[in-house]
Parts: sequence; C-alpha cells; structure tokens
Amino acid sequence: MINLWRSLRFTVVFAVLLGLVYPLFVMGIGNVLFPFQAQGSMVKVNGTVVGSELIAQATTAPGLFHPRPSAVHYAGNNSGGSNLGPTNPALITEVKGNLQQVLSQNPGVTAAQVPPDMVESSASGLDPNISIADAELQIPRIAKATGLSNGQLQNMITENETGRLFGIWGVSMVNVMQLNEMILQFQGKQVVNVG
Amino acid sequence: MSLSTVLTWIVVLAVFLITIKPIGQYMAKVFTYQPTFLDRPFGWLENGIFRVIGVSRESDMTAKQYGIAFVGTNLVWVLLAYFLLRIQNILPFNPQHMSGLNPLLAFNTAASFTTNTNWQAYSGENTMSYFSQFGVLSYLQFVTPAAGGAVGIAVVRALSGRKLGNFFVDLTLVCTRLLLPLAIVVTLILVGQGVPETLGAYFQAHTLGGQTQLIPRGPIASWEAIEHLGQNGGGFTNANSANPLENPSAFSNIIETISMGLLPIGFFYFFGVMTGRRKLAWTLTAVAGSLFMIMLALAYFPEVAGNPIVNSLGLATHGNMVGKELRFGMGGTSIFETATMAFTTGSVASAHDSFLPLSSLSFFIGMFLNMVFGGKGVGFLNMIMFVIITIFLMGLMVGRTPEFLGKKIETKEVTLASIAFLIHPLLILVGTAIAIHSPAGLKGVYNGGPQGLGEILYGFTSAAANNGSAFGGLGAALPFYEIALGIVVIIGRYASVMAMLLLGQSLLKKKTVPETSGTMHTDTPLFAGILFGAIIILNALTFFPIMALGPLAEQYLMLAHHLF
Repeated sequence: MINLWRSLRFTVVFAVLLGLVYPLFVMGIGNVLFPFQAQGSMVKVNGTVVGSELIAQATTAPGLFHPRPSAVHYAGNNSGGSNLGPTNPALITEVKGNLQQVLSQNPGVTAAQVPPDMVESSASGLDPNISIADAELQIPRIAKATGLSNGQLQNMITENETGRLFGIWGVSMVNVMQLNEMILQFQGKQVVNVG
Repeated sequence: MSLSTVLTWIVVLAVFLITIKPIGQYMAKVFTYQPTFLDRPFGWLENGIFRVIGVSRESDMTAKQYGIAFVGTNLVWVLLAYFLLRIQNILPFNPQHMSGLNPLLAFNTAASFTTNTNWQAYSGENTMSYFSQFGVLSYLQFVTPAAGGAVGIAVVRALSGRKLGNFFVDLTLVCTRLLLPLAIVVTLILVGQGVPETLGAYFQAHTLGGQTQLIPRGPIASWEAIEHLGQNGGGFTNANSANPLENPSAFSNIIETISMGLLPIGFFYFFGVMTGRRKLAWTLTAVAGSLFMIMLALAYFPEVAGNPIVNSLGLATHGNMVGKELRFGMGGTSIFETATMAFTTGSVASAHDSFLPLSSLSFFIGMFLNMVFGGKGVGFLNMIMFVIITIFLMGLMVGRTPEFLGKKIETKEVTLASIAFLIHPLLILVGTAIAIHSPAGLKGVYNGGPQGLGEILYGFTSAAANNGSAFGGLGAALPFYEIALGIVVIIGRYASVMAMLLLGQSLLKKKTVPETSGTMHTDTPLFAGILFGAIIILNALTFFPIMALGPLAEQYLMLAHHLF
C-alpha cells in the first residue's frame, strides 16, 4: 500500500518534469536555434502561406513540378500510404493508372523512362521530394506551359538537387516545393520562408 | 547492393559497436550508485525526487515487492491515461478542439502506451490534443520503457549476486541518467533537421494549386526523440516516422535508427560488467547481432529486386517504392525497419503492409524472437530466457546438471523460463485463430489472400511482443481489435516479466557451485552456435506453419503472378 502512494507521488513528480518541463525546455531552445524548422518549415508567396517545404501538396498545373502520387490526396493532417499488399489487384491498377497519367501529362515520355517512385505512392502520402529522373521527365511539359527554356529548368533541378549527405546517406533528389518556388520567383512572385 | 547502402549500414553498425562498451560501463556505474559526470546537473534533482517519493538508494526490495511496485505503478499510469484521454476536450493545450476519446479507444491506447507497445488504433494528427500528445502519451513514452528497463536492471543485479534494488530508485535513474539527457540532445538535432517543436496550432495553408491544406504541427521533435530512445514507437501522426514532419531527412532517419539501438545493445554489456563476465556479454551480443544481420538482409534484397508483377509493367528500374519515402533510400529504409523490429520500437519509416513477402518475414522474425536485443532490459530478459532453456537442453543431451553463472539450473528455473517462452506464441497463435474464426475479426482485413492472414497475425504478434507497428491495412479501430489487442498487450508485457523476475530471485538465493572441468562454458563460440540453433529451432517449430500459410505462400503465388 505504501508503494501505491509512492507510485502516485512518482507519477505526479515526473508528469511535471517529463510531461511539461522537458517539452517546454527543448521547445524554447529549439525555437531560438532553428526558428524556421521549429515552426514547420513554412513558405510564403506574395504574403500568403502556401505550405510547408516538408509536405507535398497537390499541384496539377502543367507549369509546376508535380510530387509523387499520394494515397491520401495530399491531406496534410491524414498522413498514410495505400497499404496495398504486393498481390493486391488494386495495387497493380493504381500503379497502371498513375503511369497512364504521367504518360498523358508528359507527351513523348515512355514507360521505360519512368522511375518506380514516380508512379508508386509513398508511405506518408506527403513525400515532398522527387527523384532527379522524375523531375527531368517533367521539364518539357513545364517549359511549354511557362515559357522557361529546358536549360533553365535543368539548371533549377541541378541547383536544388539534394545530393547524398556526406556522400553517404539517402538518394539524389529534389524538393518539389523548392523547385516550384524558383518557378514562381521567375514569374515575379515574392517567396519568403516563414521564420 | 549500392555503395550508399553499404556505407549507411556500416555507419550505423559501427556506432552501435563503438557505443556498446561505454554505455554498458556507464550504466553499471549509475546502477551501482557510483559517481558519474551527470551527478552535477541531475544529482540534486534525484535527491529531491527520492525525498518526495520516500525512498533511498539503500531501500532494497524483494522480487515480490519489486514486481508489485512495477505492476502497481503501471496500474496508476493506465488508469490516469484512460481518464485524461477521455476528458482531453476540457483540458488545456487543445488548439484543434479534439473531442474526448471513446471508452474502447481510450482503453486500447492507455493499455498500449502503458505496456510500452504503442499500438495505435487512431491517427494522432486528427485525434489527440497537444496535451494528450506531450502530457500523457509522450510522458508514458518516458516512464514505461524506464519501468521495463528497471526490471531488467533488477534481474541483472540478481544474476550478479547483488540485491535487487529499489524499483522507484531505478525508475528515476533510468529517466534522469539515460533517457532525459539523450532525449534533449536528440530533440535538438531533429529540430535542426526540420521536425517542428511548437505549441502553435495546425496551419491552414493556401496551396500553389489553389486549394487549402491543413498542416499539423505541435511538439513533434520532443516526442520523436523519446519515441525512439525508449523503443516506444508511437507516432505523433498516422504515418509515424514516414511522415516528413517526424523524419524529414536521411540524416534524421539515421539519428532515429541509432537512438533505438543505443540502450538495448548497451544493456548487454551492462550485464557483462555487472556479472564480471564480459566474454559472455560479447557472446550473447554476437548471437543477437547475427540475427540482426539476417533480418537486415531479408528486409533489403527483396525490396531492391522489386515486385515481379509490377516489374512486368516495364518501368525504368526495379525496386519496390510502394509505401516508401524517397529521402531515406532503400538502405536507410531497410536499416530503420530492421532496427524498429529488432528493438521492438514499432515506429515505421515506410508502410509495412506494402513490403514484399520475404521482407515481411524479417519483420515477423523480429517480433517472434523478441530478443534481437529487444527493448532495453526486457529484450535482454528474453535472451536470458533462451539461454536458460538452451543450457537445460544441453544438460539433457550430455547428462549433466545444467549450470549458469555458477548456479544450478533446476526445475523451478526451467519452469519459469518455459512459461515466459510459451506465453508469447500462445497469445499470438490463439489470438490469430480466434480472429480468423470470427466475423468481427475478419472484418478488419484489408488485403486479400495470405497478406490478409498476415495482417491479423501481425496485429497479434505486434501486441504480444509489445512492438506496436502494424500492417496498416488492418482495421485496428474496430471494437474487436481494440479489446482483443488491449488484453494481449497487457498479458504479453507483465506475465513474462514477472516470470523472469522470479527466476532472477530464485537464482540469487542459490549457493554458487565452484567451476569444475565438467562445467559447460557459456562464453564460447560453441555455446553461441548452440544458442543460435536452439533459438531458431524452437521458434521455427512454433511459428513455421503459420509462416508457410502467410508470407511464404504469398511469395510463391507472387512469383506466379497470382493476384487476390
């Protein structure tokens, strides 16, 4: 019985220490050191917050880069994958459908050029990055819609490419939001990161 | 196998290898109350806490007292968590105006977080208030792994011939000397990588496509740090560590992977220091380590080869990217998933339901064995359980009385170890059998064929192993699963832990027998081989039939392009 009282006292003391002091302490330091990241890496265009660099959003305009397909329709507050198993016919239908869409939106592209990540939906449904191959296949479409030259778009991709960290980790890829920010800047819009 | 993958793996494995010794030695100092460098920042705090609780470092407990304190404290937590989750709508820090949880979901969540399982029948970002996230659930992610670790520490003390110690002292020290300092460091690294840490409300963004998008935020980084350091695995959001807000880069992915392994692996060496049998600690580490490598290979190669049915569409490359995030790469994804299954964390950086059959075999192996380092303390106890059983089997084969650490292994120890071993498959197989024979259980299945069986089996295995990850397709929010899995997590947690605690005490009470030329040595490669073999054979005998009906059947049908 005395130990039950000890349990209660332990619970209260540590609820304050770990449930309150700890998060508020690291929150304070985190916001001083990394104000942009701690607030969600938000981006403003012409004064309006358009989204987070970490969260993919539905961009269907031909003049913008498109992210990977999403099983949750890019719902920021409902992250998730398709959860389709490897032998589910719905998986094959979904991949085929996404492939058809890529081919029809990007005339001249053939299936043999399309990387799997371009037509298979991610685990979060919010994957903010695309592979370099994915981005390059979108160049002709965007050039046509925006008047930017292929070379300019290629430069944007090269400039924004996130290589492997320390040459070791991850994959070469590019952030869709950052690419689209550049396109918008080129069109004369003002882009700021929200600190 | 790409160079990036090889290097990613080498870096993670090297960190584990380098840290095992210092962490084990540091833990041994802390839990024998010797001075360490953290005395200055935390010593005064602990003394105050001990005074408030009314314990001291010298107040030892018996196994029974220790066990009752452990269960009693857990009971306090589960009731408190249930209550607070039910009324989160009237508590502070609720900018999204989340309503209180219904009774079944509150029970399932309270049971799952208190048992360090962190199975989630809800999506965090649209169910929980900020208070519930950091005041209730993140808090439990500190203290519940600390409680499991405390029991492990008590058993190690017993095995080393020391008194068990005091539960509340151990609980406090695991929090202040291991989890909290590491969590502060890891949180700040993660914020730097892009994980939000704020009390600001969800943000309504007006997207480039002219729509609106609600972007969740919150105290995510502080959650993420303890989620992994404590082998908890509950996600702040539904997609867990696959969500870019929880795990934004290849670097954060590696940090989270390493965070999971530091303490469970260090715990093996802690045992070596405490008992003075470092060679034995290395032997056990080698056995768990080789099982880890097998799991890692299984989780990687099938995914790189890709799904043959999708490959036949003729895309540019092979490789299964369904339910995977680009930024981690195949190498980063596979080591994260192996770690989460080996250390029973249960956070995920990809969608397990969409992995290929042989890769899911790796996930099942991790949960079946539950001792490939496992959760800190608890995983080690499972390893000791297999050691006792193996020693007993060896003793039978050569006709000698089995001994471990100079103590005779007799009926009582073998019985307790067998109980601890058998509870696990009992919960998994009986639970799955009930589910597939009831309409309520079958209702939760999402994918057809063997994958559907796998979803149910995965759910019960994850609950019994206190892992908490899922084949996400399973309808975990159905009342059947909320109740059934809520019960399984509780039995899975406490029954085997109590058995091991009693086993520790029973060994402590025995006289040490001097080593003779007839003593079987447990710190040799020969023993490592036999232990490895015994672990594989015992588990294969138990689980091979259900594996044959699940992932193995699916593998062959997938090769034949069969769809369900």
